[in-house]
Amino acid sequence: MPVDQQHRPRARHRAVAALASAALLLTGCAAEAGPPVLTWYINPDAGGQAAIAAKCTEAAGGRYRIETSLLPNDAASQREQLARRLAAGDSSLDIMSLDPPFIPELAEPDFLAPVPEDVAQRTTENVVDGALAGARWDGELVTVPFWANTQLLWYRKSVAEAAGLDMSQPVTWNQLIEAAADQDKYLGVQGALAESMTVWVNALVESAGGQIILNPEAPADQIELGLDSEAGTKAAQIISTIGKEGLGGPGLPTQNENDSMILFQGDKGSFMVNWPFVWPATKAAVEDGSLPKPLLEDIGWTLYPRVEDGQPAAPPLGGINLGVGAASEHPELAFEAIECIVSPENQADYFVTNGNPPSSTEAYEDPRIQEAFPMADTIRESLELSAPRPQTPYYNEVSTGVQQNWAPPRAVNPSGTPQATVNFILAVLRGEELL
Amino acid sequence: MSTSTKTAASAAARSTGRSAAPARYSERVRAERRLGWLLAGPAFVVMLAVTAYPILQAAYDSLFNYRLTAPGERSFVGLGNYGVILTDDLFWRDLGVTVLITVVTVLVELVLGFALALVMHKALKSVRGLLRTAILVPYGIITVVSAFAWFYAFDINSGYVNNWFGWLPGIDQDLNWFADTGTALFVIIASEIWKTTPFISLLLLAGLAQVPDELNEAALVDGATWWERMRRVILPNMKAAIMVAVLFRALDAFRIFDNVFIMTGGAYGTEVLSLLAYRTSIGRLEIGLGSAVSVVLFICVLLICFIAIKLFKVDLAGARGGKS
Repeated sequence: MPVDQQHRPRARHRAVAALASAALLLTGCAAEAGPPVLTWYINPDAGGQAAIAAKCTEAAGGRYRIETSLLPNDAASQREQLARRLAAGDSSLDIMSLDPPFIPELAEPDFLAPVPEDVAQRTTENVVDGALAGARWDGELVTVPFWANTQLLWYRKSVAEAAGLDMSQPVTWNQLIEAAADQDKYLGVQGALAESMTVWVNALVESAGGQIILNPEAPADQIELGLDSEAGTKAAQIISTIGKEGLGGPGLPTQNENDSMILFQGDKGSFMVNWPFVWPATKAAVEDGSLPKPLLEDIGWTLYPRVEDGQPAAPPLGGINLGVGAASEHPELAFEAIECIVSPENQADYFVTNGNPPSSTEAYEDPRIQEAFPMADTIRESLELSAPRPQTPYYNEVSTGVQQNWAPPRAVNPSGTPQATVNFILAVLRGEELL
Repeated sequence: MSTSTKTAASAAARSTGRSAAPARYSERVRAERRLGWLLAGPAFVVMLAVTAYPILQAAYDSLFNYRLTAPGERSFVGLGNYGVILTDDLFWRDLGVTVLITVVTVLVELVLGFALALVMHKALKSVRGLLRTAILVPYGIITVVSAFAWFYAFDINSGYVNNWFGWLPGIDQDLNWFADTGTALFVIIASEIWKTTPFISLLLLAGLAQVPDELNEAALVDGATWWERMRRVILPNMKAAIMVAVLFRALDAFRIFDNVFIMTGGAYGTEVLSLLAYRTSIGRLEIGLGSAVSVVLFICVLLICFIAIKLFKVDLAGARGGKS
């Protein structure tokens, strides 16, 4: 009896607990029963993508809710995470911010949901050529262009003047090298063993009329590389001269985009190739007093430097496209949300608040842009000239192969490095060597 | 554990009389064994699930040419992946770097750790707790955090080391520590030593505490100098503790990843084996080749264990003081 008396209340407790947890579960379900949640995997920015997500959630009027999920800092780690999740069939990948060079690798095994024809048509009107090329694979649109990035040549007006360079005319790399050496200043370039090295090499090779990969859509064993050419040698000459003469400063072998901006802002700054983020970053540093005021006045910008005098440069192209995971449970809604995200108005907003340039030419008409980015027209012109990095499912192998052979810049040998790079990448692609 | 079980069992047998002893003895031992299995069983199953399964899966995957983004093209290549790895200069360079880091860190840590253990052992009671805490702080810091701290200290843009140590020959404002193999490895090894010396000194402190005071005092009375006592009394008595410390640290150092990953990412000849395995499996998504690198790394670790236990006769039970 006493045992029973002891047990009964316990049983009651248990029943209450079970009811309570059932109620909890039910309320959990009730929360889920609202509008479908679309998860948008975003690359880190200054909060612009989260703001657009909130805006589009509101505009959807309860049809869907966009939640953002932050990816790692650098493009390579973002790719690693997304590729693993896509390969595992993760259904939470509704919308993804993708770096264009890695798109073919994800599109080739059908990891991305096909873009509906009407969406494709509406989102590709007025898109700059380079961004559109980066959004396609195998003749089809596999992602939607969101924002497009390009590098400009930033210069200190005082240094250019002292060196006697007329910056209203196109300049060549050799002129910049001479000017920096003359004035005892450093050039802002990215010499680290990182993706930025491939960006630089690709821009130089393309500017010289060559290509890193001649047939980017070929399977691994048939890929032909174009680095062992006159264009490859010229690119190697430029990088090697800057490295060997110490024109990139002592930090060159580990210098990324941010490091070169800091170098450019300092006393030894002269010319720099870099993305437009440097403008809002420098402006903010001047406003909070960590950089002197006259610096902003001294900064000028123009198109990426040429390799050959008479041949227009092919500036680097970057940016972000939006893709939908093949395993997403709401692909229609995801594409509806993407259409909202990439509207010219949102692209203009994003440029003004976060410094990431639109891929839609229409967005550049926004008057706020001219005010915040006096170089907006140069950016747009640069986007039209820009050349994407090779679009191949083996981009990671190609890019890492280039980086390992071209960094540090002082070790580049114009007569040997391009050929060595070709042999190395081909051996890796054939599976004969480790990367 | 078996010793105490036996003692308990025989004590029980004695108290219940001689004739029933053999039957009671084995039944009791069996019951305790069963209980032992029941208690350890869940942990054993979990260990199998989280270590044995991935190891076997990796060994199986390493026999295939398998790329995560091309699942349809998976093909059996036998030991082909191992052939690629073992004939590649990159693998041998990475192995060399790994061995270099292991040998240098373990040797330096052993000397430093022993000195710290002596200090902790001899310290006055009033400061002992404070001293031990102070010495243990680096070991309590997460490796990634300490790697970033060391990276920013030596970085050419944000670092203060070039500024503080500019008076030393070879160091000036323009020294880019992470641009050359030698200097980059120096920072990596220094950070590793700073971080894990406390671990080795703790193990050695346990060994020091085991040396009987009488032996030391007897040697002192006999007129032995400090060095003679160290060499003839203390070191021989803590050999087991030293060997266990060396083995544990060597295994740990051989698998170094965080420091290299954060500071150089393996650039400029600083890549180690675990980073190569990471870059191949996770970076390139070459599951087959990457698994083969991991298996080779695993075999290297097994070899170190084998050499330590068989050749140097490391007695893992001895250092714990659990052996009677």
